[in-house]
Amino acid sequence: MDNLFILLLLPVLSAIILAFIKSSSARWAALLFSIVQLGLTIPFICQFVPDASIQFAQSYTWIPSLGINFQIGLDGISLPMLILTNGLIPLIILASFAHDIKGDFYALIAFMQAGLVLVFISLDAFSFYVGWEAALIPIYFICALWGEGDRIRINLKFFIYTFFGSLLMLIAIIYLYQQTGSNDLSWAKLTQLTLTDAAQRYVFWAFFIAFAIKIPLFPFHSWQPDTYTHAPAAGTMLLSGIMLKMGLFGLLRWLLPLTPEAVSQYGTLALLLGVIGVVYGSLIAFKMNDAKRLIAYSSIAHVGLIAAGIFSFTQEGLQGAILQSINHGISVIGLFFIIDIIQQRTGTRNLSELGGLASKMPILAACFLIIIMGAIGLPLTNGFIGEFLLLKGLFNAPAYGVWFAVAAGTTLIFGAVYMLRLYQKTMLGTIHDTHSGVSDIKGTEVLVLGIIVLLVLIIGILPNYLLHLSEASVSQLLQQIK
Amino acid sequence: MGAIITLSLLGILILYLGLYKAKNALLPVSILGLLGALAYELYYWQSDAVPMYKGMVLFDHFALAFSMLCIVLTILILLLSKEYFKSISENIAEYYTLIIFSLTGALMVCAYHNFAMLFIGLEIMSVALYILVGIRRKDKASNEASLKYFLMGAFSTGFLLFGITLLYGATGTFDLAVLKEYIIANPTEVSPLFYGGILLLLVGLCFKVGVAPFHFWTPDVYDGAPILITTFMSTVVKIASFAGFLKLFSMVLIPLNEFWTPVLLTIVIITLFVGNITALMQTSFKRMMAYSSISHAGYMLFAILSIGANSASGILTYAIAYGLSSIVAFGSLMLVKRHIGSDQFESFNGLGKTNPGLAFAITVAMLSLAGIPLTAGFIGKFMMFTTVMNDYHTVLLLLAAINAAIGIYYYFRVIVHMYFMKGEGEEPVQLSINFKLVFGLAVLLTIIIGIYPDIIVSLI
Repeated sequence: MDNLFILLLLPVLSAIILAFIKSSSARWAALLFSIVQLGLTIPFICQFVPDASIQFAQSYTWIPSLGINFQIGLDGISLPMLILTNGLIPLIILASFAHDIKGDFYALIAFMQAGLVLVFISLDAFSFYVGWEAALIPIYFICALWGEGDRIRINLKFFIYTFFGSLLMLIAIIYLYQQTGSNDLSWAKLTQLTLTDAAQRYVFWAFFIAFAIKIPLFPFHSWQPDTYTHAPAAGTMLLSGIMLKMGLFGLLRWLLPLTPEAVSQYGTLALLLGVIGVVYGSLIAFKMNDAKRLIAYSSIAHVGLIAAGIFSFTQEGLQGAILQSINHGISVIGLFFIIDIIQQRTGTRNLSELGGLASKMPILAACFLIIIMGAIGLPLTNGFIGEFLLLKGLFNAPAYGVWFAVAAGTTLIFGAVYMLRLYQKTMLGTIHDTHSGVSDIKGTEVLVLGIIVLLVLIIGILPNYLLHLSEASVSQLLQQIK
Repeated sequence: MGAIITLSLLGILILYLGLYKAKNALLPVSILGLLGALAYELYYWQSDAVPMYKGMVLFDHFALAFSMLCIVLTILILLLSKEYFKSISENIAEYYTLIIFSLTGALMVCAYHNFAMLFIGLEIMSVALYILVGIRRKDKASNEASLKYFLMGAFSTGFLLFGITLLYGATGTFDLAVLKEYIIANPTEVSPLFYGGILLLLVGLCFKVGVAPFHFWTPDVYDGAPILITTFMSTVVKIASFAGFLKLFSMVLIPLNEFWTPVLLTIVIITLFVGNITALMQTSFKRMMAYSSISHAGYMLFAILSIGANSASGILTYAIAYGLSSIVAFGSLMLVKRHIGSDQFESFNGLGKTNPGLAFAITVAMLSLAGIPLTAGFIGKFMMFTTVMNDYHTVLLLLAAINAAIGIYYYFRVIVHMYFMKGEGEEPVQLSINFKLVFGLAVLLTIIIGIYPDIIVSLI
């Protein structure tokens, strides 16, 4: 069972099947499919040899007359992302059980999963682009169909914004396609191109803007808070937990090796944008009264730090970025799920109307606290090791490393402030009279939060396995660009 | 040539069927005849392409592929026609006849090898359309559209003829091969008459394909004509004109590209912006499609702007994607208009709930028009962008990217109305078997070409 293609085929097939299930049993079918998908991922994790090579590589001719092949494979950078995608989707599906949703919703999630997997395993710019866009269509429908408020306008903005970025990337891809001479779009061929400095600059900006919109990096973030706030809980989880990792992954897989000269030229600028995002996101998160919006802005801060780590061009920074991508995915899904639970029970997520829920929901409060610890980055939680590596990477960054590390280090303090404020405003204090009847979490809710809490602690205590996966690939990437 | 003769005879046969009141035989006989013509084209595919009838026509793979596309699209359109014609007119035989005659002209335009044939083809194609556009005699909009189309068509034919005359004056021939030899023989001292001729030809052809700034007739004519005729005009007629356009420039005028590239580049940029930005402001779906067809014409001009090895297959792929999606879009408009009675975007409200299958088909069509991967439209766009990148028109590509992003707005507007707005009634729109067949086929082909485009790309 080491055929990567199955991981693409299964979600597509399950999407087609799920689309025709009209009853609410669709959720069980969706859960089953996603668990099978996770099960099929396990052989790859077990058989993966943690060196820098591309493994399980497959190549099919796709459009021979245009010289385009369909190439997929795994290495130490893409495997963690694949684990993240296939691991989180069952949790997201479980988390949506409380909502009464039919098969079409799950069909969209499954289709999106296929797009995400393709993005992470493709070794060919054409299939990468196809996956990149294929993941965007379903999330648009998920957010616009099951969202709330002014969802139509906001999601159209989100779509056009990201689509424009993708088009820039498409133009750059087509440019590279011409440069190979033999009309080849494989990753191996493209990364060996020797481009002129001027050409590298254009290609850099085209790719960078596409990825920066997706991540989102300051100042390309303006779609993010609105989209997150008005999306359904599962949509927010998909967007923040997995989809934005596409952008971070794109930086590592495509941008750095494609344009090493331009990257070293503009790397500091990109790093600066990441650090600005850290401070900016945190400062706004202080002021937010809408819990979902607060986490949305905190997410800008977190991914800003991850992007900054990537542009520090250090072993710690890059490995920390990969690890923290996973950590952020786990924590943010937990946080959005808890907000969703609170909103379902009390009918509000406005911090000024909440308080004292810990007395009625002790299990939730305990899980919430551990996940918040992870998000803040306390020792023995997953966030600690990730943030530590990222800050160490920044410290060793080629230019002004110390100052960047200091500025980005504020994330630890700021993060503690807004996260603990969130906790205090919801869980502590006196409970509102109208909320005195709320019941604690049970059933699937306990299961989801329990798994997330376990993951937070396990990765916090034993991060070595995940770090080991990416070590060789990252050091090879760094050699390539230096 | 067999196909052209078959279609000419078929048109006359249909007229006689109409005369003897064999109304139910009209559609089956037309479809059979078209399939026969298609079989002829397929039969010629393997044979050697040499100019026939003293160099009048040339049935190479290029001509055959575009001819087949036109025939297939016409079959799909006629399948949608069954109830539509009955609802608007008594004498439906004329519709079939005129559409088939117009198609005959389109095939000639695809296969011409001599300016005389180009002119005759364009005229056969257009004259039939002048009547079709104005066929609802009592409808003022239809009359206005017909008159406008006739005046503009005559005007553009004038330009075209004048251009042909000037080329003849410079070279003494109508034959494409001889013209090409003339340019190759005189690389530096091409007669000034020739340059004038190129410009006039360009204007005439731009009128026919409806690109800015020669587009002013399109929205009114598309809006005023019966929907089915609009579908025919915006797909078959436009694609055939593009085939003729591309053939002239790629076969003959390519050595002089330094002269006409700046002109065409300006036209392309104006077309993209005019088409897209005006489409943004429309409240009527039909007018939106009219303006979007202008911007698609702009994208198709990319292939002519930088003629390369992939130009012909690029324009063919784009045309297939565009034709299939347009048929779904206009076909669904026919349905909702019959149901609700208006062609505004609001007519599509709530379709996602009442007719999930139909809504899915329209969604795929819109995604294909917008050029999203896994649909044929993306492959077309990819090939067009690749062609332009050959000449490093990076600024043009950037402008095209902006326009593609603008395009999302109005294509998604349909999707928004279908899925996110509440419809008035709970009643689903009734689809006959023909509609289901055409929509199913179009969606299937759109997705298949999107996933495995090699079947089309390697054709020419």
